[in-house]
Amino acid sequence: MSKTTVMLQTTLLAGAILLENGAEIERVEDTMHRIASNAGYPDAQIFVLLTGITVSLPETATSQVRAIHRRGMDLEKVDQVNTLSRRFAHHEISLDQFADHLAQVNRAVPTFPFSWLAIAAAVVSVTLMIAFTGHATMADLLTCTLAGTLGFATYYWISKLGSIRFLSEFGGALVIGLITLISYELTRGNCHPDAIIIGAVMPLVPGVAITNAVRDTMTGNLLSGPARAVEAVLSACAIGVGIALTSFFY
Amino acid sequence: MLHWLLTNGLLQLALAYLATAGFGVLLNIPRRALNLSGWVGAAGWFTYELLYYLLPASIDVKLAVGNLIAAVVIGVASGMAAHYKQMPMIIFNIPSLVPLVPGGQSYRVVRNLVTGHPNVAYQYLGQVVIIAGVIAIGFLIAEFFNRLAWQLIR
Repeated sequence: MSKTTVMLQTTLLAGAILLENGAEIERVEDTMHRIASNAGYPDAQIFVLLTGITVSLPETATSQVRAIHRRGMDLEKVDQVNTLSRRFAHHEISLDQFADHLAQVNRAVPTFPFSWLAIAAAVVSVTLMIAFTGHATMADLLTCTLAGTLGFATYYWISKLGSIRFLSEFGGALVIGLITLISYELTRGNCHPDAIIIGAVMPLVPGVAITNAVRDTMTGNLLSGPARAVEAVLSACAIGVGIALTSFFY
Repeated sequence: MLHWLLTNGLLQLALAYLATAGFGVLLNIPRRALNLSGWVGAAGWFTYELLYYLLPASIDVKLAVGNLIAAVVIGVASGMAAHYKQMPMIIFNIPSLVPLVPGGQSYRVVRNLVTGHPNVAYQYLGQVVIIAGVIAIGFLIAEFFNRLAWQLIR
């Protein structure tokens, strides 16, 4: 491969990893621009949308496109791309080494095992339930721990099994609703279902996505910002409907 | 004031620290950033709770002003943390936002629409718009402060 091709593909891969793992559009464009400049192509044109990236070199009339289908959150990968880009800027690694390292980063699996994730989901659910509502009876704490953990586990397994979007959020919310309903029946109404649910859905809800949508729109990305908002609204709908299906019974 | 700090304030600080660190694990942030990002989140949520307690205003005004200043605190603190740890800023500011972001409200909008309470749903929808917009503006202000600090250091 010629040097131009390697540069185009490395820049695209770096941008794709950042975009797929939760970075804002401005950061993706900035990092890609730095990589292209440091590789000796300061005139490279970079166009980033939420669903695809284009890099082109005006002087040689070449360009490459990469479509982005999957969007998640993995900030470890964002950090690693950032570190690699910095090392490339300081000439510690060559362009070919940079490309190899990026491919490794792209294949890497999350560092935290599932047991950590389950505990983290329980911690997030319980602490935010107390912080938001102030309810902390024994029944509330137990149900919220159980609902938060199992809801997140359902979400995690469904999203591993297949790539049907928003089904994982719906499944997680349904499990949370069912556990809350069972606990409400067992304690004969001596718990606070609304408080439990608001805590237990916190690991799933798209709060960060809504905020990022506004931030992207405000930095002038008038296509990507609203696109993020649509995605966030759909996942809020999936969660809201999942909970509402069981909430008719109390 | 002192009474609030000793009873509710410290509790909220600890809760926000745990929630932020926990959310950091869910977002798979690097392990060496977990502790610091927990403290950034605790600072942001503590600012919000303090303002919520002190401000003599209606709930919507409290939400707007509290979230704005909390977002500025998070933005500036995560700028410093990113500089200190040589890591990108989003590792600190995304998990720290979790107590503030309108995730709970956005779910309540849909749930109230589905269960037939549109009036309650519109009220929460208003809160979602206010909070998300105000956090974004707060981050812009924090970005301005961070650049100012950079120029002063150089």
